[in-house]
Amino acid sequence: MMFRRPIRRTRSGTYQLNLGPGERGLLAALAPQLRDLLSDPDQPGLRRLFPPAYGDEGDAEYEEEYRRFMHDDLVARHEAALDVLAETANANELDAEQMETWMRALNQLRLVLGTRLDVTEDDDFTNTEDPDRQVYYLLGYLQECVVEALSS
Amino acid sequence: MTSDSAVTVDSIAISPAAISPRAAISAPVEVGEPETVDVVVPDRPWKVIVWNDPINLMSYVTLVLRKLFGYSQEKAHKLMLDVHLKGKAVVSSGNREKAELDVFRLHEHGLWATMEQDE
Repeated sequence: MMFRRPIRRTRSGTYQLNLGPGERGLLAALAPQLRDLLSDPDQPGLRRLFPPAYGDEGDAEYEEEYRRFMHDDLVARHEAALDVLAETANANELDAEQMETWMRALNQLRLVLGTRLDVTEDDDFTNTEDPDRQVYYLLGYLQECVVEALSS
Repeated sequence: MTSDSAVTVDSIAISPAAISPRAAISAPVEVGEPETVDVVVPDRPWKVIVWNDPINLMSYVTLVLRKLFGYSQEKAHKLMLDVHLKGKAVVSSGNREKAELDVFRLHEHGLWATMEQDE
């Protein structure tokens, strides 16, 4: 039996998406949800998307300056990636730039959901009954497929 | 000197030509010795650090390091393992501006990156 590869790089350098309707529906639903949350980027649940550049013990003045110049740009980049994911969730083929954008958007979803679930490196998600953990596991699987396709 | 003279000392002093900016600029300025001397201190380089976290996939971190810094698969993989096993790795360095840009691009990819100045 041959396993269906969900994401495959074609010879012309594009990426074929062989995803099921459930996976596509999930991405199409989750991307706009996180996009909405980003309208208030300072909420604690999103902290992982915006780490302090100078660390927790860095120069407060430098941090403030960095934030002033970069924070809005970072929010905009995150938003744009989620928009691409939502718009192309049902596409059959993506170009390389869209595929890399998927990778960033999927990672955002994993970071926010993983933070909320308080995951650890030792968690086993293969047999979980919890629907949120199942979603997190599926997103990780898809992310692995994207990374593999982009690395090939 | 007569009292009905058309030109007085006062009128010359407040004439437009005398208070025009050009006159002010061309007027000789006395320059004193500077009180402090700027010493150019070479900027100690900044290092960009990626920290371990339980969410980012190992394959993903490796790919991001390859993509952002043009590292070989071997080098990116080694740095990723340092992050994973030792808890952190210095992934790039440079002046403050470059380090901030690298941190931004790492944050854009969801990696937990900070920067600090070399001791």
